[in-house]
Amino acid sequence: MLLIRCPYCEEERPELEFRNAGEAHIARSTNIAAESDEDFEKFFFIRSNPKGIIFERWRHIHGCARFFNAVRDTVSDKFVMTYKAGEPKPDLAKIMKTDKPAAVAAEVDPQEDKTKKPAAKRAAQKGDA
Amino acid sequence: MAKAATTITAARAPAQAGRDFSAKGVKLAVLAPAERISLRAPEASIAALSKALGVTLPQKAKTSATKDGRTALRLGPDEWMVIDEKGNDPLADCAGVKQLHSAVGISHRNVAISVTGPAAAACINSGCPQDLSLAAFPVGACSRTILGKSEILLLRTAEDAFRVECWRSFSDYVFTFLAQAATDAAA
Repeated sequence: MLLIRCPYCEEERPELEFRNAGEAHIARSTNIAAESDEDFEKFFFIRSNPKGIIFERWRHIHGCARFFNAVRDTVSDKFVMTYKAGEPKPDLAKIMKTDKPAAVAAEVDPQEDKTKKPAAKRAAQKGDA
Repeated sequence: MAKAATTITAARAPAQAGRDFSAKGVKLAVLAPAERISLRAPEASIAALSKALGVTLPQKAKTSATKDGRTALRLGPDEWMVIDEKGNDPLADCAGVKQLHSAVGISHRNVAISVTGPAAAACINSGCPQDLSLAAFPVGACSRTILGKSEILLLRTAEDAFRVECWRSFSDYVFTFLAQAATDAAA
């Protein structure tokens, strides 16, 4: 099971206790009535949906119930780091520098597993049948 | 208004009252009703509330404090559940506190189940993904977590004893789940 570190509980907890809450660092305008339609559409509907590193809000709903922010790789599903809500957006280049060996390993391994494991399983099933 | 001439008394039957189950190494029992409050308060109010309640509200994650049958469980950075098993109402104790806080009586919302025996942790772990080893979840540790499809509140009362609190409407599911898990843990 995937373990996610909750910055409020200061502990790694099983993913079943958490719920995703969309992209992080999307600030609502202080004068929303004055927003142009294009700007409002951007704020309300448009999300980055990147392939790779994403900044997300998560909620430890079956735990301390707090919202926090997480940096996650959408390809490998690896959580690079988590931090409390309200803290500034961390510098991506800095995170990747300190985390590089693990991140690279995480990106390579799952793909290898994906290609190898199903084939092995299929072969085993054929043998059984 | 008409006078209430006769006092109508109805026998209350709390959910799952008296239900128990035992398997090899695990014993389940539905505990007696208790007084419970949900308490939210900022850091500045903690000292006054602790004094009024007679139990120091713990501030470290996953910890609880017990005194005279009253247990304060820390659920989040500003959230506690206070359980009183001696029938004293913690809500009344909080009422006199002037400092900012929110105390809500939830006595009837929850049902408590005790899980005891050497295989108690294995029984709960069949539906709860948390690490329940003594190193990670020592005696007195508490946490809101999940069991199967239902949210529970878990408190370790002794090395081989847990208190599982769940919502009343989930209690049948939780008890049945734990009974099946106890059978599996014994096997």
